[in-house]
Amino acid sequence: MRSFTGHFIKSLLFGSIGWSGVLLSSTPPALPIEEIEGGVYLFSGHQAMADKQNAGAIANIGFIVGNNCVAVIDSGGSPEQGKQLMAAVHSVTTKPVCYVINTHVHPDHILGNLAFKPQGAQFVGHQELPRAMALRGEHYLKTASRSLGFALPVEAIVMPDTVVRETLKIDLGGRLLILTAYPAAHTDNDLTVFDENTGTLWLSDLLFVKHVPVLDGSINGWLSVIDQLQKKQVNLAIPGHGAITHSLSQALEPEKRYLQTVRREIKEVIKQGGGMEMALEKVGLSEKEHWLLFEQFHKRTVSAAFAELEWEE
Amino acid sequence: MLKVQQRKSIYLLLILQLSLLSSSIVMAIEDDPDALWESSFKTHFFGDREIETKKPLVELKAPKRAANPALVPITIKSKIGQQPERYVKTIYLIIDKNPKPLAGKFSFTQESGQADLSMRIRINEYSKVRVIAELNDGSLSMASRFVKASGGCAAPVGSDIDKAMARLGKIKLFPRGENAPGEPLFTQFMVSHPNITGLQMDQLTRMYAPEHYVTKVDVSFNGKPVMSAETDISISENPSIGFYFVPSESGELKVMVKDSKGLTFTKVRKISAEN
Repeated sequence: MRSFTGHFIKSLLFGSIGWSGVLLSSTPPALPIEEIEGGVYLFSGHQAMADKQNAGAIANIGFIVGNNCVAVIDSGGSPEQGKQLMAAVHSVTTKPVCYVINTHVHPDHILGNLAFKPQGAQFVGHQELPRAMALRGEHYLKTASRSLGFALPVEAIVMPDTVVRETLKIDLGGRLLILTAYPAAHTDNDLTVFDENTGTLWLSDLLFVKHVPVLDGSINGWLSVIDQLQKKQVNLAIPGHGAITHSLSQALEPEKRYLQTVRREIKEVIKQGGGMEMALEKVGLSEKEHWLLFEQFHKRTVSAAFAELEWEE
Repeated sequence: MLKVQQRKSIYLLLILQLSLLSSSIVMAIEDDPDALWESSFKTHFFGDREIETKKPLVELKAPKRAANPALVPITIKSKIGQQPERYVKTIYLIIDKNPKPLAGKFSFTQESGQADLSMRIRINEYSKVRVIAELNDGSLSMASRFVKASGGCAAPVGSDIDKAMARLGKIKLFPRGENAPGEPLFTQFMVSHPNITGLQMDQLTRMYAPEHYVTKVDVSFNGKPVMSAETDISISENPSIGFYFVPSESGELKVMVKDSKGLTFTKVRKISAEN
């Protein structure tokens, strides 16, 4: 009897240990990736809000492989997705991840950083990224634990080791990446990555395709960055959300129209003496049918734009 | 006999079960949006004083969901005018779940004409927002609203801190309503200020963004106080407050702003009684 009980408890214990072993597994499945250009790999994020089902994997993230090194571009919406991205790296190359580049502070782009820390990767971001991480990090961890259903450690906020003021060149071995920092646009810490070898420009959230653009920086700044970007000749452009494109200038048009509409209509409200509440009710409604997640993000963009534009003379 | 190791494991499992159970109890308490207020804030701020909640003399308008947790527009309306015998003396604004729940304390006089306010606040997480009006006779009235915060990349911090800093202390002060003699005039005040919390991730924040926020706003008309606000980090970046005053004669509307670093900013605007 005792031995039976012992065996029962043992199997119960090992059963649960085995189960928790699965939960805490350090070798998660590789993130599904696609080689969209020679040595440029992309995971296409789900066009959704971060939730338990997608586990925060809502942004386009990926990596570029050189002769000596790999550079990860955005690490995903959770440490778990970061691990899956690392597994994806290992599935195509044995070269080490030397750099993790964060294109901006938003949680769907940075919360996978922790997975690359033990490998000694160098973290790179915009010069204003550390401040933005300091001000928002704790809030993002709390929000993530509520929407994703699991708690994230404070260590999941990994600050950049190297910051980009204007531009920075990174050599992956026979492959130069040019990192460019922008003034406030989508956020106040946007960075793009240009791969010289393939003419691929990784724009991240400076370009939204189908997913409604989300303003968390400066509407005037973003519109002037769009003008700047539309003059660029690139072979391939990667948005932060939505499908990749060979025609950058054309792909930026809907986003430009949306932001111009929002700006124009807010200025009309201000001119009429209306406040933010009125702008939230009225502005940009003609754009609704053109975008995904309009309900979730549009008002946020209007309020941020209003708070900026009311300071214009 | 079970080995010590196995016993330990059983205990660990038991503890795990218990902690799961207790955390669900904690969650149940947290789900009651008034729990914090009832169990501590009410007494902390107002002792055992009676607070009217069924027919409060104050009204609060706030969105059900904060589309942008950094900029949640709210409106506070008083149901009585500022009469010599009976007027609203103070309005307290409390956001239960914010790091510093007392967002502001606003004082009025008879010169205010109407103790109404509009402003933008930060909401960190799902929380009750409450306003408590204190009349000159000491009686208290409370109105409250539950506001859901938005998730995702939204955060209760400003989007363009550098621009707010570049314009630091710049003030806009202008009437928004029609100026009718002897009637309260709705007036807008805005000051460019990052209103940085300095609280989040303390160690990192101190290094990259030390606290710097507006602590006081004093408005007077021809030297007589009209509205005075003691504010905290729950007020949005570039604080914007709408208020009333009675321009009974021509004169100067003056606003004085103080911040946590001891900086002061002022702005004067001439108001004509006729207009």
